[in-house]
This record gives sequence, C-alpha cells and structure tokens, in this order.
Amino acid sequence: MSNKIMVNPRNAYGEALIELGKKYKNLVVLDADLSKSTKTIMFAKKYPKRFLEMGIAEANMITAAAGLASCGKIPFVSTFAVFATGRVYDQIRMDIAYSKANVKIFATHGGISVGKDGVSHQMIEDIALMRVLPNMTVIAPSDAIQTGKIVHLMAEKNGPMYARVGRANAPLIYGKNDLNDIELGKGMTVETGSDISIIAYGTMVEPALEARKILSKENIKARVIDMHTIKPLDEKLVLKCAKETNAIITAEEHSVIGGLGAAVAEILAEKNISTKFLRMGIKDIFCESGEPVDLLEKYELNTKHMVKNAKKLLKN
Amino acid sequence: MKVHDTKKIYKLDLIAVKIRKHIIEMLYKSKSGHPGGSLSAVDALVALYFVHMKHNPKKPCEPNRDRFILSKGHAAPALYAVLAECGYFNVKELTKLRTMNSMLQGHPVCTYVPGVEASTGSLGHGLSFANGVAIAGKLDNKEYNVYAMLGDGETGEGQIWEAAAVASHYKLDNLTALIDRNFLQIDGNTEDVLRLESVRDRWNAFGWNVIEINGHDIKQILDSLNKANAHKRQPSIIILNTTKGKGVSFMENNVDFHGVPPNEMERNLAIEELNLAQKKLEALL
Repeated sequence: MSNKIMVNPRNAYGEALIELGKKYKNLVVLDADLSKSTKTIMFAKKYPKRFLEMGIAEANMITAAAGLASCGKIPFVSTFAVFATGRVYDQIRMDIAYSKANVKIFATHGGISVGKDGVSHQMIEDIALMRVLPNMTVIAPSDAIQTGKIVHLMAEKNGPMYARVGRANAPLIYGKNDLNDIELGKGMTVETGSDISIIAYGTMVEPALEARKILSKENIKARVIDMHTIKPLDEKLVLKCAKETNAIITAEEHSVIGGLGAAVAEILAEKNISTKFLRMGIKDIFCESGEPVDLLEKYELNTKHMVKNAKKLLKN
Repeated sequence: MKVHDTKKIYKLDLIAVKIRKHIIEMLYKSKSGHPGGSLSAVDALVALYFVHMKHNPKKPCEPNRDRFILSKGHAAPALYAVLAECGYFNVKELTKLRTMNSMLQGHPVCTYVPGVEASTGSLGHGLSFANGVAIAGKLDNKEYNVYAMLGDGETGEGQIWEAAAVASHYKLDNLTALIDRNFLQIDGNTEDVLRLESVRDRWNAFGWNVIEINGHDIKQILDSLNKANAHKRQPSIIILNTTKGKGVSFMENNVDFHGVPPNEMERNLAIEELNLAQKKLEALL
C-alpha cells in the first residue's frame, strides 16, 4: 500500500465542482452544515453566491433543490450518505425521482469505513434505497480520478442521480487518461482474468485488485470489474462475466441486501444462469465504532477475505 | 369600495361557485377525493389565478411566470378545476379525476399536468419547493413571485418549519405562503389533534410577515396578496381563516367530509345550493 498515491475522492468532488461552476452558470451547490467534510466548501469559496448553505435541515434542502431544478438550475446537493438518503427518502421519492427533477445528490461518508462515528454515521443501505426508486441513476466512484470524471458526467446528463463516495483517502486506480471513454451505466473491466470475476464498486475496487495479485500467485486468474454505476446496471457485462469466468463475487461496502450483489443475483436468476456466486457486503447487521481497517477486517470486507472467498468458491 | 370594484369581486365569487360545482361533480364522479379542504381553498385560488398572478396558460413553462405550489396536495380537485377554467387544459378532463390513464392523479403531478409546478400529496414538501423557486428567482434577478398554499394540519410536519427557517434566513420576500386555516384535519379539530395556536406567533417567531384575513373574502385576499408582495426582506404568510367544506352547508365544518366524496343525494343537494348561490350573484351583476 505504501507506494500508492492516496487521494481523497471528496477533494476530487470539490475540484470538479469548481470546474463545473465555470462551465455551467446555472449550477448551484447545496449543503447542510457539512461543507468542510463534503468539500463543497471549495465551491463555496469560489462561487459564494451559488453556494447555498441550507443548515441542518436536510428535508428542506432536498425539496428546495427540486424547486431550484424546476427553474433551470443544476443543483448538486451534498451531505453524508446517511442523511442524504434515509433521512430524506420521501423528499427524494416525490420531489426528485417521481418528478424527474434534474437534481444531483452527491453523498460522502458512505459505507462503514467512516469509522469511529459508529452506526449513526455509517451508511450501508443507501444504494438499496436509491436503486429501488424509478428514474434514479445510482453511482459509486472508486477513486479520485474517476470521481472527477463522474461528477462531470452527472452535470452533463439530465435527470435524477445519486452518487456516493467514502470518507477516507483512496489509492489512485486510474491515470488521468484512463477514463476518457467512461460512461454512466457501463461497467469497466479494470483487469482481465478467466477463472473468477470480482465485480465491485467504490471502496471495494482497489482491494479487489490487490486480491487479484495474490490470487495470481496461486495461479487463479481473477477479473476485476469496476461497476461504478449500480443502476442502470451493465447487464451485458455481468452476463459476459458469467459466461467467461467460473464464478462471480460481488463486493460492496453496503448491505448484501438490495445493493450490487442483489442486482447481479437478480440478473443471473432471471436469465437462468447457474454459476458459482457470492455476495460480499455487510451481512444484514449494523456495525460499530472502530478504525476503518479494523471494521473492514471484522466485517470481512478486505483483500484477505476476497482471496479466501474466491478460493473457497472455486473449490466448491 | 367603488361599484365597479364590487362587481369585479362578484364576478370572482361567481367563478368560485363554478369551481365549487366542478369539485362536487369531480368527486362524485370519481367516488373518491377530498371535498372539505378543496372547498375551503377555492377563494384564494380564484384570487391568485384569475387576478393576482402573472401567468399564461398557453405558456405554462414561461420562465418569468409567478408560481403557485399546492403543498396541501389533497386539494388537487380545486387546483385542477382552476387550471382548467384558466385554460391550461380542457375542462372535460376534469371528469377523469382519479381514473386510469388520466393526467389528473389523486394528488398533483408536475410531469403530467400543465400548470402544476410540484408533485405534492406527501404533506410538508411544498414550502421547501417554493424556497428553491424563490432562491432561483433571487439568483437570476427575476421579478416573479412564488406562492405556496399549506393546510393548517399540514404544519404539523417538521419540514414546514425547516422551510420556514430557511425562507426567513434567506429573506425570501418573493415568497408568500397561504395557510388554509380551517381548523379541521382528519382526526378532528387541529387544536385537539396537535395544537397549532398561536399560528400567528409561531410564524412571527420564525421571522415571517404575518397577515390574517377572512379566507373567503376575495377582496381581502387580493389586498393581502398585494401587501405581501410589497413587504420587503421577509417572506409573508397569509392566514386564511376559512371554513372546511365552504359553500355546501352540510359539508361546512364537518370533518366527515375531509376525505369522503358526496353520494348521489349529497351531490344533488350540493349542486342545488351552489346553483342558488350562483343565481344570487348573477342577480347582483
């Protein structure tokens, strides 16, 4: 890990907002007293008039964003993932998803690796909550470079969108020019392999790449997919993985219920595809306070457990 | 008040009667919906759409239009009837309320109905939506005003008070809320279900300019809307003291007609009463 360049995706979000603020005069940013954490403060400093501090009043913030969108604005709305989804579900449902409002919810502090704040601030249900809403695009970028690209794509394309990143610094996976062809709704094959596919998003892509290295030493060839868009899901790519490799593992910092693992399972079942399959995620429990690295170990969401699971799955 | 002003008001009262007749017919036909809160909201809607607001039914998306948001979305029949009578869509559509394949859903949907600004029905959202519209107007230096009608029971929702705080903080003087203060909600009197008084003091405390009037007196409504627009550096709220079920004697102040439509006999009686009111007004013109 030591030789990897660590960059915080939140900073990439802040920087992208500044670029987009220049490009789109109708772009506005809303935050609920967390601008220093979500990094919308970077936009606030550059474009103070277009930054709307909405206070600790998330429900109002979400619906107000829909009102702004109805007047032609492109609102980016940010807070922690737990407050950006569960707390304001009804507002997102009625005012954004059902109303097809051009609102971009960009949440930070997704998953359990938020760490010591505990369950009140960890969010492992957001992808499920957003995925079930018609009209909603659901995204989770994996590193800072991808985050920047995706924030641009979100602004360019009309419609309701939800994106989440974690809190922690994340190792860079991509170079500046690796993502020129990136598209929402199209998964990326980061590394090829023919024995097993690890389909992951967000904070789980990099551990999957590490797992691939370890597995290759044991002559297991793992393919790593960065499924940055969970909805609409790249079904073709999932089916391709099922066809070309002997097993599929999904990995996400999210409940095993309702997220990427569930989405992949639904496709495999409906297409009558029988393959070895395992969902890695939080196993329908609430977690606890702790160092991110310790949490990910206890709740079995790291490279070590990916390697273990891959070997076990292939052996069965 | 001058004679021609009086006649102008009578004409508006006449439109209000017509809207009330639409409401009764729509609810009777669909066999569902909310008569009480639709009837209490009519006069304010008529004042807004037929006089006060700057809007063009032929251009419902015109960027400089005034906006109205029906936060108490269950009064949809009143809004639909007003929009149809203004010319946003054919009056014949009204008979399709709450039926399959109709754009007139049980609660208003902005993506379906021309003139509907926000999809409401889940209480507590409308004032927040209006905040967004008002902030956008300020950012773009637009002249438009935004109006949001709240139910009195609806202000039990916490989101209303988030919105109240934010509107005041941002000094949204292009925003006027109207509260349909009919004192009734499904489970009974608002003061028994969840006390709201003093409504005036609450909004005052949140930094709003509060105006209180008879919510069925169109002259008073128009005057108060002008006052609200003229008031600067604060959002305004007009407390419309109203009667739930207004205009149909047996529905007035009768909580049983919150969400129950009239049966055939009730519909006939109601239309009879409204026809009588119509004749009285016509005689004055």
